[in-house]
Formats: sequence, structure tokens, C-alpha cells
Amino acid sequence: MANILVIADHDGASLKPATLNAVTAASKIGGDIHILVAGKGAQAAADAAAKVAGVAKGLLADDAAYEHQLPEDVAPLVVSTVKAGGYSHVLAGATSVGKNLLPRVAALLDVAAISDITAVVSADTFERPIYAGNAIATVQSADAVKVITVRTTAFETAASEGGSATVEAVSGAGAAGLSSFVSAELTKSERPELTAARVVVSGGRGMQSGENFPMLEALADKLGAAVGASRAAVDAGFVPNDYQVGQTGKIVAPELYIAVGISGAIQHLAGMKDSKVIVAINKDEEAPIFQVADYGLVADLFKAVPELTDKLG
Amino acid sequence: MKILCAVKRVVDYNVKIRVKTDQSGVETSNVKFSMNPFDEIAVEEAVRLKEAGTATEIVVVSVGPAQTQETLRTALAMGADRAILVQTDVATEPLAVAKVLKALVGKEAPGLVILGKQAIDDDCNQTGQMLAALLGWGQGTFASKVAPAGDAVAVTREIDGGLEVVSLKLPAVVTADLRLNEPRYASLPNIMKAKKKPLETVTPDALGVDVTPRLKTLKVAEPAKRQAGIKVPDVATLVDKLKNEARVI
Repeated sequence: MANILVIADHDGASLKPATLNAVTAASKIGGDIHILVAGKGAQAAADAAAKVAGVAKGLLADDAAYEHQLPEDVAPLVVSTVKAGGYSHVLAGATSVGKNLLPRVAALLDVAAISDITAVVSADTFERPIYAGNAIATVQSADAVKVITVRTTAFETAASEGGSATVEAVSGAGAAGLSSFVSAELTKSERPELTAARVVVSGGRGMQSGENFPMLEALADKLGAAVGASRAAVDAGFVPNDYQVGQTGKIVAPELYIAVGISGAIQHLAGMKDSKVIVAINKDEEAPIFQVADYGLVADLFKAVPELTDKLG
Repeated sequence: MKILCAVKRVVDYNVKIRVKTDQSGVETSNVKFSMNPFDEIAVEEAVRLKEAGTATEIVVVSVGPAQTQETLRTALAMGADRAILVQTDVATEPLAVAKVLKALVGKEAPGLVILGKQAIDDDCNQTGQMLAALLGWGQGTFASKVAPAGDAVAVTREIDGGLEVVSLKLPAVVTADLRLNEPRYASLPNIMKAKKKPLETVTPDALGVDVTPRLKTLKVAEPAKRQAGIKVPDVATLVDKLKNEARVI
């Protein structure tokens, strides 16, 4: 049985949870699981990786070139590691880091990449959503190396303690000189990020104008929720398009999704239908959103939303 | 600087897709197609760079069946200068498209290639990264701002938890995120003018690219259906249900 290489998403000190989801996906494939931590001064992250249950070996590539995970520099390292170690699978969480890096690795290996898998059928066969989750494709790869990103919400997180793997040093070619990191600006908002939020409150065309969105923000703040919007609300100019939940926006799967004044167009449903509990507030009782909502309230949102905010206080 | 833009013809984002009963794929006959929304943003960005005097020519490229000409005409109506259709009836995968684009980059020698970050049909989010790898160029994926200056381009990228700015040596590959811009609508006069703009058709064979799929799709199935729940009479009941029944607040 060949070995599986999981690429760690980390901040130097600790692993991002997505790495643990990728380890679980790897364990369903079968084979020894090795984790590659590429970074600068990332010993702590490599030690954390070696403690993850089910991991057979940690690999640490410590080089200033890998500090910001630039794919131009990290991809050749992954390729040389895969070739030296004879790995059959390369996995990473489908985070912004994983999605940026793995297709580059796949092209350098001249193999197809398989994005965002939601299930492992066998060592060469995987399920992945297409058309924004409106269909599930089962695909089989005949390539020598399978390069895969893992939809984190589809796999449990592996236990971060319990493993006792050793950490080996590996080295790569270092900086490729194609790109450089300039700066990062992480959101400091009290409100959580849309794709990671436990609760999302979204507004649609029924909000009538952008001036009415603070009403949703008040509700969101009570719930510790992120605020989203439908494409209709974005196209009408109520909010910027990074609020957009849907096929052409962000895909979310929170525990609670509250859709306010959203009719429930296909394009919107595609972005939120995997939410655990969906609440719809809409004055049109025929609105398609009610066909997917666990709890529907047919009411004027301008009365219902402030009342809801009050009752949560 | 010449800009190469890649666009894809996909099932329109408003269409409720149907899975074929034999599970071989998604029904695409008699369905409305349009340009992939992320590619519209890519074309818009190229046109803006031309309007700003940074770009001299915009070549728009697509890989697909004969009908893909319409998608290319749309891009021409938005402001691209000429188009190349790489015609094939094979359902192309990102690696094959990246190889086709690499061949065209070899011919056209653009200073920048702009693509959408992903197509809304296969949802792969791979082609731009693969193209950059094959060319040995830098990649600025999920871009929300693109600022070329001299022999480099500063790209602001949407990352989990915020934004990141990277500087790429030109030539480079950029993939557009939603926030990059608001694409314009093509006006009727521009649509008419676009009909006269050059559109060249080539085949993958002529470019020396094998587009045979690497992955075998065993089946395409419908996802589990979500059941409609209940309607509550008032806000108080809603709060009560969320607290005591669903236990999510």
C-alpha cells in the first residue's frame, strides 16, 4: 500500500482544523499518512502534526521561502517530496491555501486534480459536488498520483492528540523568484467570516434598500452571526458582492441560516442548502424558499426582524 | 501589454439543472447557456486595463463546441479585440484546457492571462493554477484587485479570513474573484460591432494538445433532497422552536 501525503495548512505554530479533516479523508483511502509542513520556523506546527492520531510521519520543510505558502515556491517542494517518497495520493483541505496550491502541484505532476471531495469511495474513486452542489459526481482517476482537495465539512476532524510520529526534515529548491508576499489584512470584524460562521443572517431583494441592512446586522450581532445576501440584493446594489451567498458567491453550511426577504432562487439555494437549520422570513407564502426552510414565518420582515432581535435580547 | 482572457460557456446560473435519469451527467440540451460569471469579471478587468492604457490588445479564448462562438462574441461585445475558439466536442478537464491555453500563450505571447477563479458547472477552481504551473509563471488567484506596475503586478487576493497582497513578476496568471469588479452589459451597438471582430477557429490537434479526459465519471446523481419544514405563526413561536426544538440558538 502506497503512502499518502497530506499538506498541512498552518500558521507556523499550529495546524488549521482543515488539515485534520484532510487526515480523516486520507484515513479512508488507506495507507501510511505523512504530513508535510512547509513554513518558516514551523517546528511547532510540525510537532502538532506528528501528534495527530493516525499520522505515521511528519515532514518539515523549514525555509524562509515557504513562510507565506506561495504556491510558486511550495508546489516544487511538494512535487519533489512526492517523487522522492513515492506517494500515491496528495491531499489538502479545500481552503484558500489548498485550492491555490494543489492544482499547481497536479499540473507539475501532469495529473488531473480532484477538487472538493465529499466522500472516498475507494482509493481511486471519489464523490464531489458539481453545479454548486446540485449534482454529485462520482469520478475515478487512473493517474499514478491522485491530487485531491477535501471539503472540510464533509469529513470529521481527526483527533489532534494520540499520535506519536517522528518529524523528519525535508528540503526543496526554495524560492522560485516568481512571486513575493507583500502584505495581509485579516478581517478584524467582531462578526465572523461568512463561510466559517455558525449562524448566517442573509437579506434579499425584500430588504428594499441597503439602508435597511443595519436591521439585519443588529440581529446578526445578537446571534454572533455573519451577514450575507442574495444575488438579487447584490445586483440591486444594496450590499457589496462579497456578501453574496449562492452559486456565484460563497457556499455556506452553518448550523442556522436565516433568510430574510429572499425568494429562494436556485442560484441562492445552491449556496446555502446544506445548512443544518434554515429559517425563512418572507411575506410571500408561495416563495420557493419555504420549500427548503425548516421553519417558515410568513410575515412583513420590517416588523418580524426587529421583533426577533428584541426577543433574543 | 497584450492580455489573454479565457472564458467558458456554461449552463446559465439561473437554470435549475436536472440530472439525467441514466446518471450519465446533467441535462444540457434545450437549456440556456451563458458566459461563466467569473469569466465575465475576468473580461471586464481586461477591458478596464485597456481603458486605463495598461493593455494594448485583449484576446479572448474559449475551448468548447461550435456554440461557444456566442460566448466569445459576448466577450467581444464587452470590449475584447479578437477571439480564438479551440473547437472540440470533448468535455474538457482543467488540465487539458490549461495545456491548450499554454499553447496559445506560446503563439500570442501575452503579458498577462486573466481567467475566472472557477467555472460554475464543474466547480473545479484549477485551470488558472494549472496554466501558471505549466508556463512556470506566478499566479494571483481569487483576485479582488489587480494593479500592474512596470514589470510586476500587485494582486490583492481573497483568502480565508481576509485579504493578502502578492507581487508577481510579469508575465503572470490571474484568476478573478467576484469582488474584482462589476461586469458591464454589452450595448446593442457594441453587440453589432462585435459581429465584425475577428474570430479564429482552431482545433486542439492543430495546437498539439491531447484533450482526452483523465478522470472517468462513473455517475452523476442528485443530492439528497431537503424536506420542507413547518410554518410558524409568529416570532415568539419561531424563537421557541429555535431554542427548544432545533437547539441552534
